[in-house]
Amino acid sequence: MTPLLSVSNLRVGFGRNPQANEVVRGISFDLADGETLAIVGESGSGKSVTALSINRLIDFGGGRITGGAMTLKRADGSLFDLMSATEPQLTGIRGAEIGMIFQEPMTSLNPVLTIGWQIEESFRLHRGLTGRQATAAAKDALDRVRIPDAARRLKYTPNQLSGGMLQRVMIAIALACNPRLLIADEPTTALDVTVQAQIMALLAELKRETGMSMIFITHDIGLVAGIADKVMVMQNGQAVEQGELNQILDNARHPYTQHLLQDVPHFTNGGTTRSDGRRDKGASHEPALKVDGLVVRFPLRSNFFSRATGAVHAVDGVDFDLMQGETLAIVGESGSGKSTTARAVLGLVRSTRGSFSVGARKASTKSALPVQMVFQNPYASLNPRLSIESILAEPVVATGGRVDAGTRARMASLLERVGLSKNSLERYPHEFSGGQRQRLCIARALMLNPSVVVLDEAVSALDVSVQAKVLELLVDLQREFGLAYLFISHDMAVVERIAHRIAVIYAGQIVEIGDATSVLSKPKHSYTKKLIAAVPTIDRRHEHFELDTRQVPSLVRPQGYEPAPARWEQFGGDHMARVEV
Amino acid sequence: MRILRAIFGHGSGRIGGVIVGVYLTVAILGMLGLTPHNPITQYRVDRLHSPNGAYWMGTDLFGRDVASRLMAGVGQSFTVAFFSVAFASLAGTVLGLAAAWLGRRWDGIVMRIMDVLLAFPAILLALLIVTVAGPGTWTSVVAIGIVYTPIFTRVVRGPALSLKAREFVDAARTFGSSSSYIVTRHLLLNLVAPLTVQVTLALAWSLLTEAGLSFLGLGTQPPAASLGLMLSDSRNLMETAPWLMIFPGLTIMISILGFNLLGDALRDILDPRMRRTPA
Amino acid sequence: MNYLMRRLATFPLVLLGVSILVFVAIRMVPGDSITAMLGTEAGLLTPAQRDSLAAYFGIDQPWFVQYWRWIGGILHGNLGISVTYGRPALDVILERFPLTLELAVLSMVIALAAGMPAGIYAATHNEKLSDLGVRIFAMIGQSTPSFVLGLLIIYTLSAGFGVLPAMGEFAPLWQDPLRNLSQLMLPAITLGFAFAASVTRISRSAMLDVLSDDYVRTARSKGASARSVIWRHALPNALIPVVTLSGIEFGYLLGGAVIVEQIYALPGLGRMVLDAIQQRDYALVQGSVLFIALNFMIVNLLVDLAYVALDPRIRLGES
Repeated sequence: MTPLLSVSNLRVGFGRNPQANEVVRGISFDLADGETLAIVGESGSGKSVTALSINRLIDFGGGRITGGAMTLKRADGSLFDLMSATEPQLTGIRGAEIGMIFQEPMTSLNPVLTIGWQIEESFRLHRGLTGRQATAAAKDALDRVRIPDAARRLKYTPNQLSGGMLQRVMIAIALACNPRLLIADEPTTALDVTVQAQIMALLAELKRETGMSMIFITHDIGLVAGIADKVMVMQNGQAVEQGELNQILDNARHPYTQHLLQDVPHFTNGGTTRSDGRRDKGASHEPALKVDGLVVRFPLRSNFFSRATGAVHAVDGVDFDLMQGETLAIVGESGSGKSTTARAVLGLVRSTRGSFSVGARKASTKSALPVQMVFQNPYASLNPRLSIESILAEPVVATGGRVDAGTRARMASLLERVGLSKNSLERYPHEFSGGQRQRLCIARALMLNPSVVVLDEAVSALDVSVQAKVLELLVDLQREFGLAYLFISHDMAVVERIAHRIAVIYAGQIVEIGDATSVLSKPKHSYTKKLIAAVPTIDRRHEHFELDTRQVPSLVRPQGYEPAPARWEQFGGDHMARVEV
Repeated sequence: MRILRAIFGHGSGRIGGVIVGVYLTVAILGMLGLTPHNPITQYRVDRLHSPNGAYWMGTDLFGRDVASRLMAGVGQSFTVAFFSVAFASLAGTVLGLAAAWLGRRWDGIVMRIMDVLLAFPAILLALLIVTVAGPGTWTSVVAIGIVYTPIFTRVVRGPALSLKAREFVDAARTFGSSSSYIVTRHLLLNLVAPLTVQVTLALAWSLLTEAGLSFLGLGTQPPAASLGLMLSDSRNLMETAPWLMIFPGLTIMISILGFNLLGDALRDILDPRMRRTPA
Repeated sequence: MNYLMRRLATFPLVLLGVSILVFVAIRMVPGDSITAMLGTEAGLLTPAQRDSLAAYFGIDQPWFVQYWRWIGGILHGNLGISVTYGRPALDVILERFPLTLELAVLSMVIALAAGMPAGIYAATHNEKLSDLGVRIFAMIGQSTPSFVLGLLIIYTLSAGFGVLPAMGEFAPLWQDPLRNLSQLMLPAITLGFAFAASVTRISRSAMLDVLSDDYVRTARSKGASARSVIWRHALPNALIPVVTLSGIEFGYLLGGAVIVEQIYALPGLGRMVLDAIQQRDYALVQGSVLFIALNFMIVNLLVDLAYVALDPRIRLGES
């Protein structure tokens, strides 16, 4: 039987001389009706370019197809040559036979048009529907992606909807005319893990309903297990390995695939937590950092003149302590208050209430500022106009120190320690990759010899294999300097690798805290359970995620609102969860 | 000098750079009085001479050498443009940084004052200032400087606010870096590129405004040479002595064109969007 | 808080600042107002006469009292008496303003009508020869001062065709629209030329920016045709910076009218301001500057309204 899509030896280049500048170098695959192919790779592997080449959107992105063949079997069974097709022919294919969804739902919808108009457009273009018929069809399309209250939402503009909702709208648009192929280019990367699970569940359900084929592009090989029939692994513009799902996941042959499967953090429900430096139950040390009743509220004003009418309760009563040499991970989704907690500890946002105490370190190594921070975005956390020497010197200068031979020696040794060469000092941030920059940030944070380092999503912006290496470095440094880490993350797989203890934060409050293995393997609070259930793993093949459309509660509270005091239930020595009402 | 090489590697930058270079030379010669003739000497016998070997661009109604007057006029225009843009960029940078860094009340006060200045069409505000202070070279400098201060304030404040929210500023705060360190090293240093572009473009506007003011008789006063005034004087002699209009007109146009081309090239070269590393 | 509400709240504040600035500026003119008003005859006054005149004009009061009276007068439509015309300044201003407004609006219409299609054309033919042509033309246009262009036009007409621009008695729009338009066409082109060039440049770059946005890719992935992508998806977004520019440029047009009215000898408000400055007719200068600033502010408010209509992100109070 002829495949729905057949691609052979596809080559794509960019720039004035595309032959010399190829980013896709000979990709071949066949996709049968109803089949799902996952293309896995890191940034720069050429996976997105491959996806955009299939419906020839790459022509508009500065790319040129330099060689190969692509044939699509149309609905009537005729074969359509995607390579030689003219632009008017292609507009008839796009949306009708090939739908596509993208990574950033927030920017992928037109900000000045209603979502209703944007869905209707598909029906206008390919079905010739107008007026009320088109509106009715658009409403059905929204219902189909399980958006409640669809008729009213049609009149919304994109800024009125959350990222998860917008991605559903995108799916509604892409599937409006029942295309037989859906290309999904990292459709969940920008979304929270529970929202990701909802979108994955929706895609799986729609696929079952319509029998369409799908090409699913992702950097997360764990996500593939739940949805793909076949997998292609890409590196540097080439397919290093492709085959059936089980064969790739269980018997990977290529070293790069094996690396992606083994070295990269994958979630194992508490199976790969750290065995070193666990909290010693008997001994009662003074904690390196103790946070008591932290509250951060941002007042809301209804208009220009009046006083505050309410407040956003970003952090609403958070307590924890952190021992020397220990990692406490604070896990939560966007808007949960995890980053605000970190920023409050550093004094970057003013806390409304609460106290911090930083324990004394060994007297020999007194530090001016015992708590330091590493930020999420390695591209934004180093001033591009300063040399690495000035960047590393800044904390020393700021605390009244001098840049003398001793300081320079410390810079050189820290650079070496984080894996960068000593001659980096005269260079500038743009000469370094994302992973190297994050190493520089770590070195900068260590310049003042702190006892606590707050890592705010410190590896989230990095490619998966770089992530693994930076995590390793962090563990080594922790052992060497006896550092305490407050590790803020949304990524359960990463947290599993580095945390000794985990605090799960939801709507500004810790709902569960305790020993990492215990929390991940035996979650007690319903939110923790939901969060863990949403994490994709290699072991959950073709397992259907539950479709859950509950929304995160609003953090806006009326003036003077105080949350009820927490009641905790103890589960074993170091594991407790908030009692749910 | 990497920037010079970049300018000359850029199509319109090369043209703009050459034009600006030539004008700068002419302006300096004009200011030093190194002109073929004395720009205010009246060679009565040679009145309204068309361009020839002795008077390359002809003479005017009073027998003054047009080429020499143009050189002196370019010197004059560039002096006004240079000082007024220096004034505006300095004041605008200080105000914009103060508004962005101090925030809240200060931001409100500074920006409302700028709104007041921006509520006047540029040339009208300049006219108002000239009315108060009386026409003259330095009045033009102050008037044009004040007119363009709000633009620099906005150009600085916007990016300064976004820099202030960047993580390297957060990092600096966690070390306890002083405000002056953060404002100069983290904000100002990163504003050099957009400011360079803006200064170049502002020089073009400033030349335009200066010529406009002196065209209306409210800039440089006679008998000193100024391009706008020469153009204005040429109106009645347009048909008998078109060179009196053509040469000053082209001189003004090409000077503005030069700075516009250079500014565009600098924007292309320095625009962070062109160099943004994909995250 | 709503963007428009905030915008409306600052309007009176800025207007207050503008009026204080104009008031203070005129008070700073060297020499006292009596000398300014009476010229050399002021020397013949006795000190007692001076005092009584000062009391009559209220200039013996502290500045804030004077300001209060002045503002009170303005609120009752009294901008003072023009010394040169011997009539209320407001009457003179209102008589001259329609021409200037018409000139500015006409220039703007010409600039937008010429600049936007040119910019969009250039953006959709990016890097082609026609794009380069449009860009060169726009660059030269932007560098051509109105007074140079105006003189060139007049010179070309008179030297090349032996005609002068239709001048003579100026015909108001509502009396003889055809004659009025023929009289204003060349001044409007002169005034709007540089603006047309700016519109071309900004529509081109806005369009190029928008065409590389994600939602344009989405539109293409739906199968929207090239034309629909440009007109339905990209243009509404690309219009936003053009609207911003138009608001700012309207001020330049009102100001530039001073020069263009001078060149073409049009009896507009701009030329009147210039005369008033030379005649030291301060009531008229003060009144007309305030009047023009107020109009500019209103135009900018209208531009903000247009924003709100164009961009739902602003409508819903995001900053």
